[in-house]
Amino acid sequence: MSDSRLTVMEMARRLQAGEVSSRELTADCLSRIQAQNPALNAFIAVSEAEALAAADAADARRRAGDAGPLTGIPMAHKDIFCTAGVATTCASRMLEGFVPPYDATVVARLAAAGVVCVGKTNMDEFAMGSSNETSYFGPVLNPWDHARSPGGSSGGSAAAVAAGLVPLATGTDTGGSVRQPAALCGITGFKPSYGRVSRYGMIAFASSLDQAGLMALTAADIAAFLQVIAGADERDSTCADTPVPDYAAALETAVTGKTIGVPGEYFDAGLDPDYAAAVNAALDIYRELGATIKPVSLPNLALAVPAYYVVCPAEASSNLARFDGVRFGHRAAADDIESLYKRSRSEGFGEEVQRRIMTGTYVLSAGYYDAYYLKAQRVRQLISDDLQRCFEDVDIIAGPTTPTPAFELGAKTSDPVQMYLNDTYTVSANLAGLPAISLPCGLVGGLPAGLQLIGPHMADATVLNFAHVYQQATEWHLQAPGGAA
Amino acid sequence: MTITRTDIEYVAHLARLEIDPAELDGYVSKLGRIMDFIDTLEQADTDSLQPMAHPQEMAQRLRPDQVTETDRRDEYQRNAPETADGLYIVPRVVE
Repeated sequence: MSDSRLTVMEMARRLQAGEVSSRELTADCLSRIQAQNPALNAFIAVSEAEALAAADAADARRRAGDAGPLTGIPMAHKDIFCTAGVATTCASRMLEGFVPPYDATVVARLAAAGVVCVGKTNMDEFAMGSSNETSYFGPVLNPWDHARSPGGSSGGSAAAVAAGLVPLATGTDTGGSVRQPAALCGITGFKPSYGRVSRYGMIAFASSLDQAGLMALTAADIAAFLQVIAGADERDSTCADTPVPDYAAALETAVTGKTIGVPGEYFDAGLDPDYAAAVNAALDIYRELGATIKPVSLPNLALAVPAYYVVCPAEASSNLARFDGVRFGHRAAADDIESLYKRSRSEGFGEEVQRRIMTGTYVLSAGYYDAYYLKAQRVRQLISDDLQRCFEDVDIIAGPTTPTPAFELGAKTSDPVQMYLNDTYTVSANLAGLPAISLPCGLVGGLPAGLQLIGPHMADATVLNFAHVYQQATEWHLQAPGGAA
Repeated sequence: MTITRTDIEYVAHLARLEIDPAELDGYVSKLGRIMDFIDTLEQADTDSLQPMAHPQEMAQRLRPDQVTETDRRDEYQRNAPETADGLYIVPRVVE
């Protein structure tokens, strides 16, 4: 049991064939974590006893003939998903020691399917960051080069999957927090349509942008997990009750005759030329598979990041008002209630979180609300309209996930705007609520590059289909850090 | 848009954050940089557009008016910094 980087599908096949038990797969993940996590810092907590008990229960289910397709598969949850009885910190001092009394819907549905959670992954504090450097528990290192960032905010999940510690991990994506780390770590990361997956029990950052996502080696693995977590939830009124299609069945559809739109603006200044070449090579693969590549235009692309950095901090400042040192979370010593609030929040939140709360409070404050917040919401509509217009002519939009491959830790921490510009290609899908995926499409200077595909609202199956046919035709998703297959 | 130390102090108070006076200038410079970046939104012609508050058109779903949650106060209060007799304890707010 030492094969590294097994896919979910391969684990499922071996479990089904009786070649291996869930206990063996889970113990193998735990020993890899024990060996590699001290260097990578990808996990905040490892729940060994709970994981082995869940694995034994999964094996018992299989013996009883009661196993589903994912029963016994080990995986990890980003530490933003509430796990009943298991500490959930959001990588913040504010929530150090917080033990949720309930499971997030995503966690509960996977547990009911017999999936085994081995631990909670590291992340940027409250998911605010693009490099994992804002975590209270220290940065995650990129398995491809330990001097570089794994991206963020779901950097722990990305590093854990890339290094083969787990075959799949959950993430959340508010402005690219699943896709950007997936690109920088050379794995596949999917943000479903807004409303496709319940947000219940996922600690809120920006509620009109947040969506639960999945990170794995292949689109096929993601499709299998999406099947379990997608669908209406009475505990999240923004979770759509539209029927959930059979994602696995849609994977194999040929892309012959389909049209891929490529926005010219994506290739303007800022995109690394070698990264652009990797994306163009991926487009050639789609041509060979029979798809048509069509130039399209997103004329307001440059406004997406500034609009996002109004809407997102505004919603964050409101959501994070709940942390007041009274009902849960960090409490500072204070003699009066006002000081209690202020000191608890300033001690509990890190620098980037406080900066976003300040930005959000500022744009929502009297006198600035119209000029900033309503203006940004109008630009949000503009960006959404631009994307809708593209989808009148094309089935899917393709381009780079990030402007460059993984950058060095510390390279962008002094200038928040430089850090925010990492999100140039990813935030539009969140502003418009669209499904989007990042998949490995090459190496640039020995580091992974990501191809991003964006689909129309609720066309999650189409996005996974396009990703899967590419992965059937190429081997970039099999490239592992350090050259190991 | 120029951000001043007074702006930072005012916004910090609104957000109930306590900014170390030594960090005020850092906030002025970094928040100023962010606001300059955000000011590029002014160039967009959005007169004909309505503000988009949410990514999907949907109406609030209603449910039957029935009690679905049980009383789990003790469980919830396990995460509270300080409680007594089922109440949350804070410094005196009424003299």
